[in-house]
Amino acid sequence: MTQTHVELRRGAYADSVTLLQVSRTVQGIAGVAAAQVAMATALNVEVLTEMGFDVPAEATPNDMVVAVRLAEDGSLDAALAGVERALAESTQRRASGATEEAAPRTTAAAFRRAPEGVALVSVPGANAFVEAMDAVESGHDVMVFSDNVPVEQEVRLKEAAAERGLLVMGPDCGTAVVGGLGLGFANVVEPGPVGIVAASGTGCQQVLALLDRAGVGVTHALGVGGRDLSAEVGGLATREALRRLDADAGVELVVVISKPPAPEVEAEVRDAAASLGTPVELALLGAGHPDLTQATEAVLSRLGREVPSWPVVGSAGAPSGGRYLRGLFVGGTMASEARIVATGLLGDDAGHTFVDFGDDAYTTGRAHPMIDPTLRLEHLHRAAEDPDTAVLLLDVVLGHGAEPDPAAALAPALSGVRPPVVVSVVGTAADPQGLDRQVRALAEAGAEVHLSNAGATRRAVELIGHLS
Amino acid sequence: MSTPAAVVNVGADLLADAVADQAVPVTRVDWRPPMEGTETDLATVAADPRRAAANARALAAVLEVTATLVDVAPASELLGLEKGQFLHAGPPVEWERASGPLRGALMGGAALEGLVDDPEDAVALFEADTSVSLEPCHHRSAVGPMAGVVTPSMWLWVLEDAATGRRTFCSLNEGLGKVLRYGAYGPEVLTRLRWMGDVLGPLLQSAVRTVRDGAGPIDVTGILTQMLQMGDEAHNRNRAGTLMLLRDLSPAMVTTGFETGDVSEALRFIGGNDHFFLNLAMPACKLALDAARGIDGSTMVVAMARNGTDFGIQVAGTGDEWFTGPAQLADGLFLGDYGPDDANPDIGDSAITETAGIGGFAMATAPAIVRFVGGSVPDALATTRRMHEITLGENPRWSVPILEFQGTPTGIDVTKVCRTGILPQINTGMAGKKAGVGQVGAGLVTPPAEIFPKALTRLAELSRDFRRSSRDL
Repeated sequence: MTQTHVELRRGAYADSVTLLQVSRTVQGIAGVAAAQVAMATALNVEVLTEMGFDVPAEATPNDMVVAVRLAEDGSLDAALAGVERALAESTQRRASGATEEAAPRTTAAAFRRAPEGVALVSVPGANAFVEAMDAVESGHDVMVFSDNVPVEQEVRLKEAAAERGLLVMGPDCGTAVVGGLGLGFANVVEPGPVGIVAASGTGCQQVLALLDRAGVGVTHALGVGGRDLSAEVGGLATREALRRLDADAGVELVVVISKPPAPEVEAEVRDAAASLGTPVELALLGAGHPDLTQATEAVLSRLGREVPSWPVVGSAGAPSGGRYLRGLFVGGTMASEARIVATGLLGDDAGHTFVDFGDDAYTTGRAHPMIDPTLRLEHLHRAAEDPDTAVLLLDVVLGHGAEPDPAAALAPALSGVRPPVVVSVVGTAADPQGLDRQVRALAEAGAEVHLSNAGATRRAVELIGHLS
Repeated sequence: MSTPAAVVNVGADLLADAVADQAVPVTRVDWRPPMEGTETDLATVAADPRRAAANARALAAVLEVTATLVDVAPASELLGLEKGQFLHAGPPVEWERASGPLRGALMGGAALEGLVDDPEDAVALFEADTSVSLEPCHHRSAVGPMAGVVTPSMWLWVLEDAATGRRTFCSLNEGLGKVLRYGAYGPEVLTRLRWMGDVLGPLLQSAVRTVRDGAGPIDVTGILTQMLQMGDEAHNRNRAGTLMLLRDLSPAMVTTGFETGDVSEALRFIGGNDHFFLNLAMPACKLALDAARGIDGSTMVVAMARNGTDFGIQVAGTGDEWFTGPAQLADGLFLGDYGPDDANPDIGDSAITETAGIGGFAMATAPAIVRFVGGSVPDALATTRRMHEITLGENPRWSVPILEFQGTPTGIDVTKVCRTGILPQINTGMAGKKAGVGQVGAGLVTPPAEIFPKALTRLAELSRDFRRSSRDL
């Protein structure tokens, strides 16, 4: 006889990443068949319902739901004690290092206490604007990691920042490196002659990784958010970022990484770029444009540096069956670059797929796949078993913020699978996960590991070609 | 652009950890979801281009005011109040919805004015509603503690902002126990009020005018500065303030030419009433806050007031509109045999002190009374610090020694209350819920949470109207 327990905790709150970790801890308790601790947002209620839990109708997004299903030998007391322990551990970490003064409750209050530095905002999208405005109004640059921020709020935020000469990185900005400090998902880079303005987080990380390999450092990599060069936003943050990089004596060449901008915005950005004293290389992502690896090569040539051969470790064999390339990505730009490169070679509508697990559709109410690999691992397992799969193409993104040892979960999942596996590992030599160690572990599991995502994609396409 | 010296992280702890791993100090905001249903309005108001400047102007206006004591005179003269007109504390309320203590005070007031001989007979008068009218003190530039009832014959303090000539008014404090403002109306209550009208009022008028015309009017804001460093928070403790007032007025009181017996009784009355200064602290706070009224786009609260039934707030950017909800029961200690069942919900205009950043907001500076309102010293420090989370700034004149002379938290921001769910902390006396009982205790209370989202909704509406009209231009 199994037992199901659902309780509502009014007014209790923890962020989604913390609750994910709590849920995972509780799932690991002996006698627990299923468990989910989550804020009762519409999406989480849906997830809980699908798991077979009955969430009380009066639950609001401000309530925490503790849902546990026990195996036959399970003890509810032990499970709930586990929930308490996991929640306590998560808050203990927050409390450590705090003074006797309670932590500030708003960004404004934090800056009033210590008026220095930048703000890093990753609250839910509906709440991000208000916190970011606190930073701007008190005279601070801000990075908005949160996604799902309405575009009119982005415009207002960036207008307010422009009035004060401040920089808004984001919303939906995954990566920034400011004077060597990585914010969000960021790789460890040496200082150097390149300054980056990036509307794409993982696109920026790919360039950082390739430049690092070529021995070229980066002074700043400033994210601007994926919509900055749209007609609505009009490149407000890009212009401020360009101004900042131009003013920095250490920057010899500026690289702008973005999807092709709205035509009128592109003209403005080109004008703005032309007015700078520092040369600007536009790396626009899309069909008919160079891929990120080619763009990086152009940067190296412009700096008069040698273009190295991009490393490949391990070797994937020819496919033994199936028809399709299955791309499973954690980086949004990695997914779209792979799609563009592959369809350029294989044609559209050939049935190959390129899934971005960092897309809003997968992350609302859930941690990003660069933090929590669970969802992609599930899909990977299914794709590997699917007889139609010919080649698996994956990315792994290293750096601050990303999971501490991605190969630990991914390598066993790749070991012994039928389709050949090509992986791009986007990282720098000094990244905390250890680039070499990650690459080695994946190669030992049978994968062919590239530093260049475009290179990995071309290789996967080449393997598909062996089928005919 | 250089490496950031520090990072303020709001959101995922993991991103803060990543910064800390790079040896850069991180302040972790303890973010929680805002009050339910406020997200859209919060974003609308945050986007209002007027807000930041309007709030800065509102706060500066409040901090600029210096309240001076310029006169004492009857309400009939000062406000043109006529027989049958009654002022009361809090937002507007009718007799039918009036609580016990407010009814008791109105009945006593009717007897004081000679409308009835026996206060009990006044019930019919108020029920008939033909010869009497009720109006909030706040609508007449006045404030009244507890029931806050003002009748034409009552003498009022007159405070003036020297820079603008603006004035505010408040009645004279009757002392503790069985008093009109707590809803008592027995013979001893009326006898005291008559003495205050016949002797105390005229005597104080003479003394205040002598001081005003001699050395210059008493600086009430300045006394507040000093008393906050002497253990008073100016709402439930006014001991130092009362003695400083007595120090400044008594030389003039003895030379007024009044009979020495009357002077002696007046001095004893003031000296024996630790709350006497409250009725100067309140209009001083109102005088400061009124300077911020009518600043479009500002989200600052300019009044918090209770009538024993409703708790209401007014906001700088929403004109004279009241946002109301049910007044709450205070949590605290009871006098004698009284218990929670005897207490009336929160009542009085005295929360104007908290609105101005003192009272419960300055609890840290008044450790002597923390137990009286049912708290501990660490609670008091935490309370004042917590109030900084919902206020726009600090008052450099009113500082708290134990918090390294940090200024008192000033200018409650409706948006910050909605964002944090932290409610203003008010120190208060508790009136008996039955008319005629008087004070039953003292404690801590907060406004009903829902009035802040109500005010926010209105601010958001006005903000949308503003943007629509600026587009049309």
